[in-house]
Amino acid sequence: MLLTLDHLTVDLPGAARPLLDEVSLRVAPGEVVGLVGESGSGKSTTAKAALGLLPGGATASGTVRVGDADVLALTGENLRRHRARTVAMVHQDPRAALNPVRRIGDFLRERGADRTRAVELLAAVGLSDPERRLRQRPHELSGGMLQRVVIAGALAVRPRLLLADEATSALDVTTQAEILALLRTLRAEQGAGMLFITHDLHLAAAYCDRVYVMYAGRVVEERTARALFAGPAHPYTRGLLSCSPTLGDTSRTLLPIPGRPPSLSDSFPGCPFAARCPDAEPECETWRPVAVDLPDGGTTACRRVPAAVPAAAERSTT
Amino acid sequence: MTALTLTPIRVRARRPVGVTVAAAFLGLVVPAAVLAPLLAPYAPDAIDLSASLAGTSPGHLLGTDSSGQDLLSRVLYGARTSLIAPLLLLAVAALLGVTLGVLAAWRGGWTDAFVSRLTDVMYAFPGLLFTVLIIAVFGTGMTTSVLALGLAYTPTVAKYTRSLALSESRKPYVDAYRVQGMGGARICALYLVPNLGRSVAGYLVVLFGEALMSLATLSYLGFGAQPPSSDWGLMVQEGQASVVQGALLPALVPGTAIALVVVSFNVVGVWAADRLGGRN
Amino acid sequence: MAARILRRLAGFLATLLAASFVIFAAVYAAPGDPAVFLAGGRDDLSPERLVAVRARYHLDEPLVVQYGRWLADCVQLDLGRSFKYGDQVADLISARLPTTVELVAYATVLFVVLGVGSGILAAVRQSTWVDSAVVGGTTLAASVPSFVAAIALVSLFGVQLGWFPVTGTGSGFAGTLHHLTLPALSLALGALALISRVTRQAMADAAASDHVEAARASGVPERDIVRRHVLRNALGPIVTMCGLVMAGMLAGTVVVETAFGISGIGSLLVGAINTHDFPVAQAVLLLMVTGYVVVTTVVDLVHPLLDPRVREEARTA
Repeated sequence: MLLTLDHLTVDLPGAARPLLDEVSLRVAPGEVVGLVGESGSGKSTTAKAALGLLPGGATASGTVRVGDADVLALTGENLRRHRARTVAMVHQDPRAALNPVRRIGDFLRERGADRTRAVELLAAVGLSDPERRLRQRPHELSGGMLQRVVIAGALAVRPRLLLADEATSALDVTTQAEILALLRTLRAEQGAGMLFITHDLHLAAAYCDRVYVMYAGRVVEERTARALFAGPAHPYTRGLLSCSPTLGDTSRTLLPIPGRPPSLSDSFPGCPFAARCPDAEPECETWRPVAVDLPDGGTTACRRVPAAVPAAAERSTT
Repeated sequence: MTALTLTPIRVRARRPVGVTVAAAFLGLVVPAAVLAPLLAPYAPDAIDLSASLAGTSPGHLLGTDSSGQDLLSRVLYGARTSLIAPLLLLAVAALLGVTLGVLAAWRGGWTDAFVSRLTDVMYAFPGLLFTVLIIAVFGTGMTTSVLALGLAYTPTVAKYTRSLALSESRKPYVDAYRVQGMGGARICALYLVPNLGRSVAGYLVVLFGEALMSLATLSYLGFGAQPPSSDWGLMVQEGQASVVQGALLPALVPGTAIALVVVSFNVVGVWAADRLGGRN
Repeated sequence: MAARILRRLAGFLATLLAASFVIFAAVYAAPGDPAVFLAGGRDDLSPERLVAVRARYHLDEPLVVQYGRWLADCVQLDLGRSFKYGDQVADLISARLPTTVELVAYATVLFVVLGVGSGILAAVRQSTWVDSAVVGGTTLAASVPSFVAAIALVSLFGVQLGWFPVTGTGSGFAGTLHHLTLPALSLALGALALISRVTRQAMADAAASDHVEAARASGVPERDIVRRHVLRNALGPIVTMCGLVMAGMLAGTVVVETAFGISGIGSLLVGAINTHDFPVAQAVLLLMVTGYVVVTTVVDLVHPLLDPRVREEARTA
């Protein structure tokens, strides 16, 4: 395995519930894995854990492994080297991710690319006149161009794992498609694994091999993209699929999930989704979610899905 | 993570220990100033040349100056002028500043532009220079100094008041009174200014320490309090000659008094202003 | 950009004209006859003396004309004659200006190095005892008027330890440095406290930016993050503040030069006021205000060079 999260729980002092609650997740080398959820579901925290980057004051239990490295145990120079060489992140808003007062060239050099390599990288991400770009500053480039720069920076060290955190949601639709295609090609060329974080389940299902759906700091369903699309098992996943529009799909009525996404001050004795769930029964309010295996190999954590075998513990050892 | 890690500095709204100590100190100083005639072992101007530059002794707890005047008595009496004078100059600045600020915000247009130009010109004089110019013209003395500093602090107060009054004047209650046919001057005097009171007061508390320093500086330069006053700034000036002779107390006692009172007011002031909403 | 510079220069000239008019017209605010006031206000003035003063200041002409002539004279460095010294005011000032400039320069070096240094230290060691010590120290330093600092420094390092001379300006580079150390420290103390706090806050603000976390997530060494991202981005407010504080220091020399008996333009101003030598006071005030306005304008023009974001706003504005 390239990335292994095992029962990762992250607690923040002052919060009523854990930021992440027993999150287990895998990314194999070369695999593209989607991580889907509403804002606040813990998907960014999960991704940053792979970098050993936890929110200030947070405490973590469980394990995070990238290759052979136990990320949560890394400190100092080892942690820095891990972030610099093994894992790279593409952020949501490229304009925020780049230092506005420094040049594009400085940004790439800082990520280990010398001048020749920097020009090469900028050409590879499809920027015209790379020589000139090196001398420009972020405010001289458009959002789409900047995201290409950020991708160039992420690929500079040939990382084994790419984290794309809402990498296209700050861009307009045409640019989004271009950037997605670019990410896919370059990732494939370098053979890196990717954790693709988005709030758009349709996009994740179309773009990834496998998808994890998160809700209130927990993984509620894990399926192959095809299985997820064909038969979502968890009511939340079904809700997500029916509340987002897709191209050429005008006849279907969009059904928003009722209620509001949970915040860190809400705690749940039972299933966190029960309050918004159309299928909820009184017992759901007190049932602590456990992931169960699905016949097609995925897992889900819903009381009403018949349990074939209680899953998570066994799966984590395989 | 390493010690080099930077995260945003949390706003320290309260610093209980420092504030408590500072407030306790001021709680001693203010009554001491009021009760100076009862507490002081000597009259502040009692000259005793035989005890010139005496060090600390049971008779003179803080020693004496070159004229043999008891430093403890002088500092106690000096606390009166040193504390009341900044209060007066801030009152002058508040009166003028709030008037100008409210006028600028309420009338807008030409009045606003005029006040803001006036402010700009006064801001072109760094530090105490505007005050010094007024003193150069009207002569030295405590009254001139208090008035001149009051004038010098006016733009700051006016600017602050203007921004507050501007947002206050857009509140619905102002329109409500207008609809009832109430005049602008009445609305300002009866409702708007009282509503700004808390914030302006908080701001003035923050300015107090600086005002005290400015006045002490003027007295030190010979522009403010005149002998035989026991003003702390003047005492430092008088005591300075003795320093070279190795007698440090005549200058250091009033100097320390200034520093301690100012630091206490600054610590308490920032804390109080946070509570009164007077800071920005 | 050019439009911005022009607008700023126009503002500079307007401010300077207004301030100089205030300095000039202050004569008319003084009680009594302006001629008597300008001549030193003494009762035993000879009629010839008053005639000379009236002629020198064109007191019989309208106020605006007087001001225009005075300003023209000032621009040509004809600042009139001191009634106390009998010398040309321009000569008095030019003899004393170098000392004051040396003092301000020395103090500037001190407050920039120590202020920015301690501010960086406090920001980098945030929420440790180092941070608390710097914050506590600057709170105290900001509350000590420069003349009290002067007395304290003289008492300790001049009288008790004897490391530094107590008065005078010394000769030669080493001598000047030696003599001006205590005065420069007194002058720099308040500024140091202010700059330290500005630096600490600007660093904290810069450290909270997303791109700093992005750099950290990319494994950029912490030292480079502090230097190239946090400090570099905090530089705008720090440099601006240093410039403003340095400009204000000309006024601070009034106190420190008096405290140390240094013969500069600050002590010249104090002496002029105490001896009713108004032409000298007027000239020194004009010089200090001009210096202040020049430096603040330069700082304002330099700011965009440090921060491309401001430069961009300036270009589009």
